[in-house]
Amino acid sequence: MMTLQGWLLIAAFVGILLALTKPVGLWLFALYEGRRTPLHTVFGPVERGFYRLAGIDPAQEQGWRRYAVHMLLFNLVLALFTYAVLRLQGWLPLNPMGFAGTSEHLAFNTAISFTTNTNWQSYAGESTLSNLSQMLGLAIHNFLSAATGIALAFALFRGFARRSATTIGSFWADMTRVTLYLLLPLCILYALFLIASGVPQTLAGSVDVTTLEGVKQVLALGPVASQEAIKMLGTNGGGFFNANSAHPFENPTALTNFVQMLSILVIGMGLTFTFGKAVGNTRQGWAILAAMLTIFLIGVTITYWQEAAGNPILHGIGATGGNMEGKEVRFGIAASALFSVVTTAASCGAVNAMHDSFTALGGMIPLFNIQLGEVVVGGVGAGIYGFLLFAILAVFVAGLMVGRTPEYVGKKIEAREVKLAVLAIAVLPLVILGMTAIASVTQAGLAGPLNKGPHGFTEILYAFTSAVGNNGSAFTGLTANTPFYNGLLGVAMWIGRFFIIVPMLAIAGGLAAKSHTPETAGSFPTTGPLWTGLLIGIVLVVGGLTFLPSLALGPVADHLAMIHGQTF
Amino acid sequence: MFTDLKSAVRPAIVMTLLFALLLGIAYPLALTGIGQALFPAQANGSLVRDGGVVGSTVIGQAFTSDRYFHSRPSAAGKGYDGLASSGSNLGATSQALVDRVKTDIARYKTATPDRPVPSDLVTASASGLDPHIGPEAAFYQVDRVARVRGMDPRQVRSLVAGSVDRPLLGFLGDARVNLFELNRRLDAIGAKQAR
Repeated sequence: MMTLQGWLLIAAFVGILLALTKPVGLWLFALYEGRRTPLHTVFGPVERGFYRLAGIDPAQEQGWRRYAVHMLLFNLVLALFTYAVLRLQGWLPLNPMGFAGTSEHLAFNTAISFTTNTNWQSYAGESTLSNLSQMLGLAIHNFLSAATGIALAFALFRGFARRSATTIGSFWADMTRVTLYLLLPLCILYALFLIASGVPQTLAGSVDVTTLEGVKQVLALGPVASQEAIKMLGTNGGGFFNANSAHPFENPTALTNFVQMLSILVIGMGLTFTFGKAVGNTRQGWAILAAMLTIFLIGVTITYWQEAAGNPILHGIGATGGNMEGKEVRFGIAASALFSVVTTAASCGAVNAMHDSFTALGGMIPLFNIQLGEVVVGGVGAGIYGFLLFAILAVFVAGLMVGRTPEYVGKKIEAREVKLAVLAIAVLPLVILGMTAIASVTQAGLAGPLNKGPHGFTEILYAFTSAVGNNGSAFTGLTANTPFYNGLLGVAMWIGRFFIIVPMLAIAGGLAAKSHTPETAGSFPTTGPLWTGLLIGIVLVVGGLTFLPSLALGPVADHLAMIHGQTF
Repeated sequence: MFTDLKSAVRPAIVMTLLFALLLGIAYPLALTGIGQALFPAQANGSLVRDGGVVGSTVIGQAFTSDRYFHSRPSAAGKGYDGLASSGSNLGATSQALVDRVKTDIARYKTATPDRPVPSDLVTASASGLDPHIGPEAAFYQVDRVARVRGMDPRQVRSLVAGSVDRPLLGFLGDARVNLFELNRRLDAIGAKQAR
């Protein structure tokens, strides 16, 4: 049963986020413009020192090609760095549990996973990685992949905002400023709040407990809080522990859970305001946010309703109440359902409940959210630039209907933009469905699923959806730490990140070069309810339709089995 | 293209190393220092000592003896393994899930017949380390615990009632009972009566 308490939680959540959108958006706008902030007094010397040592002139702007090449090479070096840290783990310090280096395929998968902001985890943190690997190998990506995402969004904003320009900003300046003046200071405060709430922050590896029943229990510990903060704020989602934000050491209270959910979406929502501000009309940003929130609330309603209704098969054998398999009592059903939709609306992928054990339709919404391209608020940066690709398609469709050259925020949208947008959007269905098909018919692929029947297929589909969508959450029943899955998912994550980014930067470069087209009486208005409705329609039809057959084979079939009491 | 690539080499390598030092080393170590200084109890795992370490207030333990309020089924290792957090990952149509729940229900029914079992008591948590059960699931076990310990059920019931944590501000988190704390209180009463 859905409760008033549950809906109060959802209402408070959305209300607080809406109140934070403008202030966060303004702060991001200051960074977008390269303005001085109060935090420059503290971190300014660090910023200048970094530029000097790396030979970077922050004032020297880049055209889209150079921006892309610098961003790509930086990401490649970062991935190699982490690959080395993971492989050499056994010889490196801060390894209290004495873990050996990881296998080649796991290091390959994990390095790509964290570089691409996916944070898919084929391993269990507490039994695989040393404290150094977590801190140095992984947490740096949590900052830098998030900062890269925001930098890329800034580049696209400049494409729309500038007139007849040849450059779209400096990748290094954008990325460094976002890290130093937004992510790092916020994380310091956030991590302290988490520690005070019960999240460990120690260099010890574990502690031995003799339980009240006299049994030995070993609790894994580590520098959890520092990692947890950026894991949420950067929409990374890679947990210190296997159980992620369901683990009481990552997410000990209902309050930390609430703050974790807020911190997944707060920057992504702020960026919609930043966009409006950058193109000189904040209503443009609010129109986008309205479309995002509408899709978001539909998803929350369905998942909450299904989870609260519970599993009829278990009711039949005498267990009452909603679906508590794979959920924590301190969060309850409403906060678990909400978290699952939040984490997949954004490209976060942290979980506070096991999506694999959700009811069939309750678990379909997180899956569908990722398949839409995580444009419902979305990952930091990635969400808004993904959404703007849909906006380009939407004005194109509107242009076809009224027979005019489409325009968006003062820029003519022509064949080149539409082609590149379609190219970027097509990556998702092509790679997700293609790879799912391969895994569904090969022995190595079929060895993965834990569950039988349609639910087993959904586990495979979810894995590739999560990888290409750079989400990182999972139907964790799938045994993915194999050469087959580590390899294929690694490739999927790389494609899912950079094969969208490069066309997007090409659009940014092309738009920046165009002159301004003033709005006339004949322009299609890109604010207001008509536009918001069109955006929702385009996201659902273009983003979602291609996946319907796969959803019918997986969660829908699973749901029909569930209500008819069939088990596998 | 080649000049673009060449100009990227030095910043890419140097920035990787600098950020690794700042974000991968300085940031977590500084927080470890501050955390250990300001909140030493929480930073080390909210441990409770009674002679040796007997538990953490935030981590669940396996309670299977009838003297204690039972904890939820756990898929962490062989149950409440602090080195192997995990859910069962069984889907809603899984026969393995149905079998497990059936077995657990049957066990509770022999001790407490003719009352439906609250579902959190027979479902595995997400982490396998859930420290809580719902108030209903705790009240459900009152008669058994009182019988085995030879206590007055009313006393046990009021102990449970006093152990219920209410939602923060009325909507944050479900009402819940921390089993480690409740069972410790039970033991404390037992020790007092034995004296």
